[in-house]
Amino acid sequence: MTGYIIRRTLSTIPVILVVALVVFAILRLAPGDPAAILAGTGGAEVDPAIVEKIRKQLGLDQPLHVQLYRYFSDLARGDLGQSLLSKHNVSDLIRARVVPTISLTIMTELFALVMAVPLGVLAAWKADSWIDRTVMVIATLGFSMPVFWLGFLMIFFFAVQLDFFPAAGYSPPSEGIGPFLHKLIMPAFATGVIIMALITRMTRATMLETLREDYVRTARAKGLGERTVLIRHALRNAALPIVTVIGLGFAALLSGLVVTESVFAVPGLGRLLLNAILARDYPIIQGTILLISGVYVIINLIIDISYAYFDPRIRY
Amino acid sequence: MTSRSDSAALEVDRTPVGRATTAFRSARRAMRRNPTMAAGIAIVVVMALFAIFAPILFTGDPSAVAPRERFTPPSTGNWFGTDNIGRDLWTRVLFGSRVSMTVGAAVAGISVLLSIVFGLLAGYYRRLDAVIMRFMDGLMAIPSVLLAMALMALLGGSVQNVIIALCVVETPRAVRIVRSSVLSIREEMFVDAAHALGVPPPRILRTHILPNTFAPLIVQASFIAASAVLVEAYLSFVGAGPPPEVPSWGNIMAEGRHYISRFVWMIVFPGIFLTLTVLGINLAGDGLRDSLDPKLRSRM
Repeated sequence: MTGYIIRRTLSTIPVILVVALVVFAILRLAPGDPAAILAGTGGAEVDPAIVEKIRKQLGLDQPLHVQLYRYFSDLARGDLGQSLLSKHNVSDLIRARVVPTISLTIMTELFALVMAVPLGVLAAWKADSWIDRTVMVIATLGFSMPVFWLGFLMIFFFAVQLDFFPAAGYSPPSEGIGPFLHKLIMPAFATGVIIMALITRMTRATMLETLREDYVRTARAKGLGERTVLIRHALRNAALPIVTVIGLGFAALLSGLVVTESVFAVPGLGRLLLNAILARDYPIIQGTILLISGVYVIINLIIDISYAYFDPRIRY
Repeated sequence: MTSRSDSAALEVDRTPVGRATTAFRSARRAMRRNPTMAAGIAIVVVMALFAIFAPILFTGDPSAVAPRERFTPPSTGNWFGTDNIGRDLWTRVLFGSRVSMTVGAAVAGISVLLSIVFGLLAGYYRRLDAVIMRFMDGLMAIPSVLLAMALMALLGGSVQNVIIALCVVETPRAVRIVRSSVLSIREEMFVDAAHALGVPPPRILRTHILPNTFAPLIVQASFIAASAVLVEAYLSFVGAGPPPEVPSWGNIMAEGRHYISRFVWMIVFPGIFLTLTVLGINLAGDGLRDSLDPKLRSRM
C-alpha cells in the first residue's frame, strides 16, 4: 500500500511538469511577437513602448533557457508573477476569489450526486426499457447542452419571469448564510446538470455490471427486498467507479464554472480567468490554469489512492 | 482491408449476399435494435443538410441589417425573430450550422489523423512511448475548455484558429485510445508471425495493426466532433472564438445575452440547434459504439 501511494504520487510529478511546460510554451510558440500580441487587443496599432514594457516584465527579452529557468524557479517559490494591467500579484488575485469558486464546486457536486445516483440506479434496474432510454437521453442531453445557455434560460424563467431567485450576483457567507446559498443555487444547478449527466451514465454502467454478479443473484434468492439488493449489495459495490468519474468529471466541472461564474456574475476564479483572456493578461491566465490543473491532478491522485485503500483487490 | 474489418466488427450476417447489402442490412438491424442511435443519426443528417443548403433554404443574407426591424418577435416573416440590429435570426442560425459543422468535422478528422500517427508510434516503439504519453498526459491534465481558451487568447479569433486550438485539446485522448489498442494488438499471434516472416515494421503497422484500431477510433471521432461543436460555442460565447461578424451559434448567443430579459428568442433558437446537434452526434456515437463493439455495451 505505502509503495503504491509513493509510486502514484511520484507519477503526478511529470504530469505537473508537462502542464507547466505547456503553459510556458503556449505564449512563446504563439505566431508573431508574444509581447505585441499581449499589448494589442486585435488589429489596432500598439504603442511600442508598451510592448517593450510587457517584454521586460515577462522577461521575454531574455534567451529561452534563462526564461525557462526563471519560470520554474518562480513557480517553485509560489510566485505566479504580476498582472499586466493592474500590477497586483496573481497569487493575491487568486486568493481573493477562491471562496466563491470552492463553494460553487461543492454545491454543484452535491446537486449532481443527488440527481445522478438515483437516476443511474433506476436506469440500470430497468435496463433496456423505455425508462432506461429516457434516462439515458436526458443524461446525454445534460452534457450536450452549453452550460451558459441553460444558465440564461434559468435566469429568464426563474429570475425574470417567476422571480424565485436573484438573476445574478454573489453575497459572501460573512453576510449571512441564507442569501449566500440562495444566490448560488442557480449557478450550481446549471453546472451540476453537466456533471449529473456524466455520473448518471457511469452509475448505470457499473450498476449493470454489478447486478449481473453472483452475490446479487444470491441476495435475491435469499428473498431480500429489491431495495436492499439494489442499495446494499449492488450500489455499494458500484461506488468506486462512480467516485472515479466524479474525479474525472472535475475537469468538466471547472470548465463549466468558468462560464457559469460569468453568466451569474459570481466573482470567482473562472471570472478572473475569463476577464484575463479578454484582456490578454497572460500572467493571470497562466496562474489560474496552473492552479486549476494542479487541483485537478491532485484530486485524481487522492481518488486513485482511496480507491486502492477501499478495494484491497487493487494493487498496481 | 477497411471494409473487411468494418463488416467483421459489425455483426456477421449469414445470408450469402453482396458486401454492400450486408453492410446495409446490419446497419438497418442495428437501427431497429437501437432507436436512440437512429434518432441521433437522423438529427445529424438533418443538421448537415441545413448546413449544406443554407443559402437556398428561404434565407437571405445572414448579415443583412434592417434597423427598423430590431427585436421583432418570431413571426411568419421572421421565423425566429430578429436580433438587436434587425438581422433575421433564422438565416443566422442556419448559417451558424455551417460554422459548427465545419469545426466539428474538421477537428474530428484532423485529431483522428494525428492520433493515428502518434498512437501508432507510441504503441509500437517503446522508447517513443514514454515521451509521447507523458506529453499527452500533461495536455489532458488541463481542462479542455480552459486550454482552448488560453490558446485562442494568443492565436487570435478565426475559424481556422478555433480548429487548431480544438485539435490540440482533443488529440491526446484519441492518441491514448489508439495506443492502447496497438499495445494489445501487437501481442497477437499474427503480428509475431509477420515479424518472423521479416515484414518491415512500418508495413506491419500499416497493414496489420492500423485497421484493427478503426472501430474504437470511429466512435471516438464522433465524441470529438460533439465536443468540438460544443466547445466552439463556449469559445465564441466568451469572446475567444471566431470574430463577431461570423454567425456562429455561440456568437449569436453571446450577442443575445445582453437582451435576455426581454428578447429571449435571440438566445433560445441558436441554443436549441446547438444542443440538438451535439445530442444527435452523441447519441449516434453511443449507438455506434454499442454495435461496433458489443463488449463495450455496458460501459458509460
